[in-house]
Amino acid sequence: MDNGCFSSPRHDAFPAGLRVLVVDDDPTWLRILEKMLKKCLYEVTTCCLATEALKKLRERKDAYDIVISDVNMPDMDGFKLLEQVGLEMDLPVIMMSVDGETSRVMKGVQHGACDYLLKPIRMKELRNIWQHVFRKRMHEARDYESHEGFETLHLIMNGSDQSDDGNLFAVEEITSMKKRKDADNKHDDKELGDHSPTKKARVVWSVDLHQKFVKAVNQIGFDKVGPKKILDLMSVPWLTRENVASHLQKYRLYLSRLQKENEQKSSSSGIKHSDSPSKDTGSFSFLNTANNKQQNDVAIDSFSYSDGTSLLQMDGPSHESDLKGIVSEPTTEKRRTSTSDISDPKIPKSSQMTLNEPFASLESSEASHAVFDCTIPRQYSWSEFPKGPLKEEQKTIVQLEDSFSQLPLHGTQHHIQVDQSQSIASINSNPSITEKEVAPSIDTKPLYAGYKSDYMSPVSSIGSAVDTFPKQSKSVIVNDQSSQPIFTSNVSLKTQGFNVDCISDLDFYQMNLLMGGEAAASSPLEEDLNHFLLQSEWYNMNFGLQHIDMSEYYDPRFIAEAPSYFYDSADYSSVDQSLFIA
Amino acid sequence: MDRNQSRRQVAAMKQSLFDQGLLDEQFIQLEELQDDANPNFVEEIVTLHYRDSSRLITSIEQALKERNPLDFNKLDTLMHQFKGSSSSIGAKKVKAECNLFREYCRAGSAEGCMRSFQQLKREYAALRKKLEAYFQLARQAGPQETACRSK
Repeated sequence: MDNGCFSSPRHDAFPAGLRVLVVDDDPTWLRILEKMLKKCLYEVTTCCLATEALKKLRERKDAYDIVISDVNMPDMDGFKLLEQVGLEMDLPVIMMSVDGETSRVMKGVQHGACDYLLKPIRMKELRNIWQHVFRKRMHEARDYESHEGFETLHLIMNGSDQSDDGNLFAVEEITSMKKRKDADNKHDDKELGDHSPTKKARVVWSVDLHQKFVKAVNQIGFDKVGPKKILDLMSVPWLTRENVASHLQKYRLYLSRLQKENEQKSSSSGIKHSDSPSKDTGSFSFLNTANNKQQNDVAIDSFSYSDGTSLLQMDGPSHESDLKGIVSEPTTEKRRTSTSDISDPKIPKSSQMTLNEPFASLESSEASHAVFDCTIPRQYSWSEFPKGPLKEEQKTIVQLEDSFSQLPLHGTQHHIQVDQSQSIASINSNPSITEKEVAPSIDTKPLYAGYKSDYMSPVSSIGSAVDTFPKQSKSVIVNDQSSQPIFTSNVSLKTQGFNVDCISDLDFYQMNLLMGGEAAASSPLEEDLNHFLLQSEWYNMNFGLQHIDMSEYYDPRFIAEAPSYFYDSADYSSVDQSLFIA
Repeated sequence: MDRNQSRRQVAAMKQSLFDQGLLDEQFIQLEELQDDANPNFVEEIVTLHYRDSSRLITSIEQALKERNPLDFNKLDTLMHQFKGSSSSIGAKKVKAECNLFREYCRAGSAEGCMRSFQQLKREYAALRKKLEAYFQLARQAGPQETACRSK
């Protein structure tokens, strides 16, 4: 049975060596579970925060076989985590709680838990968790078999008739084969998924892919968009219309959530971070994603800013997913520098909000959230411009650098180093605006002139940036109407000391754009640059708009060229990951 | 013989804890987890529990002080956590008090909550004291024998 390819210590000893990730905020239980699982000869990793767990999971997608999580956790609702893990990593998740009410158990099952354990948990219950892993693999293999290689499976299975282990290997091998295949051929993957009742293969909406998507959407015009058109524009051969359609739906939901959130935020003066778990998720996702380089550069960091303070709080559970996208704070490489974030001047309201929070922390460099720290020091081109002189507190314009032109929400950490040389100061000294990002290089010049990837062309970049970034950060702007309110709310949100002046960030932005960045030449660039520049801030810098009273300024429409979708997409910047997973 | 006597005393003490309904099966589970790699596992867990539970008690007390009006949701959440922590060492009576407290929370009875909490604190303190005595005796008795099923 030992086909050479199957043998590996883990395989041979299955279920020993099963890699388990345990998430529980109760340190006592965490320790107990760790000990119990170790006794079962499993490989255990513990986490006391859901956000941390997601981060770990995202870092290495295939580092774990199964996740065990408590239902009640401070930073994120266990059910949300469950959903996320299922969506993103497709791992079996076991829930646990001291509360065994039927309704809770039901909820767990509904959210996809493969089991629900009651505390106190017995060793014997843990001994058997491998069955969930095996079952899943079997289903995957079955899918594979039915679509790809009936013979293959049989061959493998037959080849390993000597022992059960052989079958296990076979299953696992097939699964990994399938996965490999999937990686290569997403289309097939999807097909498999479609047909399989047990396993749903799904298209992985990578940052790149999503950016293409957003770009296409923006090009078409958000109002006129349709899956077919998008598909044509994207020209990704293996993608199907259905993939796009479902992704579009998510995207829309995401945007509307952002919008709602922004509206909500505007009403509440302060951002409540530790809000309901759902909120957490939002931030959560951001946090996590932030760590992911791949993820959109969305300044997710900012979102996840404070544990649980998901600035981005998206309405409803979907936030998480949404945030996910955004959070994916991607590779700092890009983002950060992307002053281009400017493009997102419209920074999604929600994102702005988050920025606020994060920024606050930025100042204090709290980034208490580990995750945040991950965020790349992006420049945040938060469209908020502090009215007055850019002060550090003001705004870290989070520039969502990621490909989506997301506004880096996180601004907090990154002090944008503005390149003095540029008037617009590419906020980030790394002008490396991520490829995608179209960092709206704000060149004060033509408003839209430099969209693409200019990275920091101030103002102008904003326009372009908007374009270039698939607007991940949509939240920003959707704004058209609410731009004002959004900022305001955002401003208030900014816990950090963001200037409320930022309200006019948008305005500022607009102004800048209009003014062609003349104001940009403001002197304080240097210092400002060191702060997280919230877009507004950035703008201030660039345009010297500090004194500008932008409050009215912001008007998404103001940028003539800025495609309407620009604003819409602003919300997208935060790209929630969920979008990526079609 | 001293040793044996000590060991018997330890066993008896443990048995009484079970008989009085202070501890449940979970405690035995913990003892079973104790091994050469973690020779003081039970105590380690109990210590972790104390740390967490004291913090929660303080928080609950704090929340109970903010009386106008009482935030029952918050109290319920805190107590839920406390219950979870108590379940980790098998603190049976304490857990029962937690349930009672949560009932009062759901009923919105401030009076009930206060009373129940006082009782809970008493149970908690009593168990803690007994466990400390138990561990002390156990340490004196020397290396633990394997956990014996008391019930």
